[in-house]
Amino acid sequence: MATVLPVYPTTRRNVELVLVVAAVLIACGAWAVVGLTEHGSLPGGLFAYGGGLGALAVVLHLVLRWRAPHADPVLLPVATLLNGLGLVMIHRLDLSEGTSAASRQFVWSALGIAAAGALVVVLRDHRVLRRYTFTAMVAGLVLLLLPLVPVLGKEINGARIWVGIGPLSFQPGEIAKIVLAVFFAGYLVVHRDALSLTGPKVLFLRLPRARDLGPILLAWAASVGVLVLQRDLGTSLLFFGLFVAVLYVATERVSWIVIGLGLFAAGAVFAATTMSHVRSRVDIWLHPFDADNADSAYQLLQGLYGMASGGLLGTGLDRGRPDIVPFANSDFVYASFGEELGLAGLFALLLLYAVLVERGMRTAIGVRDGFGKLLAAGLAFSVALQVFVVVGGVTRVIPLTGLTTPFLAAGGSSLVSNWIVVALLLRISDLARRPAAEVRNGPEPGDTGVTQAVRIP
Amino acid sequence: MNRPLRRLSAVVAFLFFALFASTTWVQFLRAGELNAMPGNSRQLYAEYGRERGPILVGAGQAVAASVRVEEPGDSPYEFLRQYPAGPTYAHATGYYSVLYGAAGIERAMNDVLSGTADELFYRRLADLLTGADPVGASVTLTLDPEVQQAAWDALDGRKGAVVALEPSTGNVLAMVSSPTYDPDLLATHDLQAAREAWETLLADEDDPLVNRAVDALYPPGSTFKLITAAAALESGEYTTETPVAGPQELDLPQTDNTLSNDEGTACGPNDRVSLLDALRTSCNTAFGQLGLDLGAEALDAQARAFGFEQPLTTPLPVEESRFPEDATGPLLAYAGIGQGNVQVTPLQVAMVSAAIANGGVVMEPNLVANVREAKTLDVIAEPAPQEVGRAVSEDTADALQEMTRAVVESGTGTRAQIDGAVVGGKTGTAQRGEGQVPYAWFTAWARDEEGENREVAVAVVIEDGGSVDSAYGGRLSAPVAKQVMQAALDG
Repeated sequence: MATVLPVYPTTRRNVELVLVVAAVLIACGAWAVVGLTEHGSLPGGLFAYGGGLGALAVVLHLVLRWRAPHADPVLLPVATLLNGLGLVMIHRLDLSEGTSAASRQFVWSALGIAAAGALVVVLRDHRVLRRYTFTAMVAGLVLLLLPLVPVLGKEINGARIWVGIGPLSFQPGEIAKIVLAVFFAGYLVVHRDALSLTGPKVLFLRLPRARDLGPILLAWAASVGVLVLQRDLGTSLLFFGLFVAVLYVATERVSWIVIGLGLFAAGAVFAATTMSHVRSRVDIWLHPFDADNADSAYQLLQGLYGMASGGLLGTGLDRGRPDIVPFANSDFVYASFGEELGLAGLFALLLLYAVLVERGMRTAIGVRDGFGKLLAAGLAFSVALQVFVVVGGVTRVIPLTGLTTPFLAAGGSSLVSNWIVVALLLRISDLARRPAAEVRNGPEPGDTGVTQAVRIP
Repeated sequence: MNRPLRRLSAVVAFLFFALFASTTWVQFLRAGELNAMPGNSRQLYAEYGRERGPILVGAGQAVAASVRVEEPGDSPYEFLRQYPAGPTYAHATGYYSVLYGAAGIERAMNDVLSGTADELFYRRLADLLTGADPVGASVTLTLDPEVQQAAWDALDGRKGAVVALEPSTGNVLAMVSSPTYDPDLLATHDLQAAREAWETLLADEDDPLVNRAVDALYPPGSTFKLITAAAALESGEYTTETPVAGPQELDLPQTDNTLSNDEGTACGPNDRVSLLDALRTSCNTAFGQLGLDLGAEALDAQARAFGFEQPLTTPLPVEESRFPEDATGPLLAYAGIGQGNVQVTPLQVAMVSAAIANGGVVMEPNLVANVREAKTLDVIAEPAPQEVGRAVSEDTADALQEMTRAVVESGTGTRAQIDGAVVGGKTGTAQRGEGQVPYAWFTAWARDEEGENREVAVAVVIEDGGSVDSAYGGRLSAPVAKQVMQAALDG
């Protein structure tokens, strides 16, 4: 009688736990350094904040053990570390500026992690979301347009991207990013054949049929609308870039990228020449040191000066003056880290983002259904594009826009929506990494082969 | 769909590569250039983020100190420079202003006060390794609080300057310049207020920002007769008893002008007077003639021997006192009595008296007693007394002591007499233009006859001495000098 011992799959949940603990310890260490530098003693909030963040992350980890045991083990630790470091920098800037943004950010962190946990519990299979493709489209458009509603919308720093209800402010665009990624994935997975296989061939490009141009023109119009009506360069760039990327993945046709880039270039040139808001942003980007731009380029320049003063290794936490830069804990949090943690610290942060995005792309490659592929790729790419737009703006790769640095920047909407992005990626990756037998039959206790376990009765 | 996903991953990699490159560009490749940008105020913030060492006088009394700004957010600067003794020490300490830089010791000793001096390299290294906040070193001044206060009180707000030196070391015991200013008004972080204070000070015709003790040049008037007398004695052809010509009027060569005495009489019977009496009564015609007899070269050499035309740093830079070496004819006669184009700083005049008291040796004036490391209080630097050189022989110094004592005992400077002390001095009334109030000078040295033989040398100049004829140095400035010397001898 042959006996085959059960082979337990490597879910890597223990690795995740170790990494989560390490992430929390790093954040606690940074928090302690700030306190030691500022007061010469361990700060009082260390156990409240550090313990709180640790407890939240461990609870989410336990939720994953329960409901998504095969999920990617790196996503949660990376997000926890970024969130923790963001809290430290916000707290550190609170000390300099006499504000109290860290406690609010902590509440938002808790809400974000709770939302992520709830999503993993409620959403047993991401493919359910396909059913809501057009609901997502409507919701996305409504969310995008919400700031334009007279009473609700609020204009902050020249961009009308906020919704205010009483004392609460929210950037619906952050949530719209996720909802639209669901819509793009759901729509394109259905229409990809039509979009990819037909159409005239010109030179080496197979152009789409005229009637198939509808969706991309619609997306383009919507993003230009956001740009014109809300004057938000970043959001507009993010949506359009997200759409073109998902379109390319769905159709595998380079022509879509060419068309997309062409449309984007046209829109950008149009905006840069006709809209004073955009024109001044471009002018600041090209000539930040001009005396004429002294006032408008102040923030960008202070950010650059701060980063330059940080050099290779930085001044050390709480030893620099990042508080000189306006919006040091949100739009320019990257410069704040650059000043105090130096080039080394920024490379570490960029690598964390790169790992996060890479795990997302790997999930997209690993998952078997087209909708999951497009959704994971869209979400991962949106994180990459957002980091690129923000950091590129701060370091003068592109003009400065009003996007937030994922997980690091102070701001509830951004934090909660990024945790939801991570939750979706975790959910999809659970399916991507689950052994095939389980995928087909649903998870069964006992059926735990690495790839396809054969059970001998 | 995996092929486009891999391509998209490559695009993502490219995006991140761009960010790595741009971050390196800002943080490393262009960092030096960005740090040096004129609009970059971070160097200033860094400077104000370090605790600057205090400036102390006497037994650790702070006349300039940095205090941490209490409320974060109130000011972009962490430390505020404060001057507890305010205007009294303003010209010694100088100011330390966000907008207008630094002056005085704040400027001259900036590298040790800020902690960036080479001597502090190992401390900085230790701070870097232990993570301690770097702190600047403290500078203790030679100024004696008692003497400084006496000088301040005695001058009583009149326009002018007082300098007191310790003859044997050159240590500056008092340095007062009036009118003065409040350095706190310039050091404030309220930049608008600082700007207004600065504009007001600049607009003031009396130049309160100028340290008259070392930066202002005055005609020395009759105090220069000390140098003419020294040159005469050094020539070997004169003693204190040598009779010199002291007529009522001295015919000046090459012109119809004459030089006359203040009283309008001859200085002695038969127009002759001993060198000692000529100095005692401040006889103009005698010293005019001496100037003509000795010649510009000898006077210039003697003036240089006392410190003229030499760069002095106390460490405050001192304006060089000047003698017109090419003076001939009437100008030479005028130069002999300290008029014409002779120009001196009050510090230089004090140095002359100090050299006379010190047996003829001129000491380099010095304001810094020591520099101490902030945490351990180790002395990092303690300037040793430096000789500028020998101005006159010991015999000449003795003779000059005798002559100056006569001035105070029975001459023009009787108001400077101090009970229980030997005092020698010289008055001066320096003319400047028609109808303008002359400068009232007095310079003196004093030695405690009992006690520890403490010595002090002073120079006092008062610019606005009241009416034209009351500005006799003996009347106005000698009492000031007396009070300062008394404070120094008591201390």
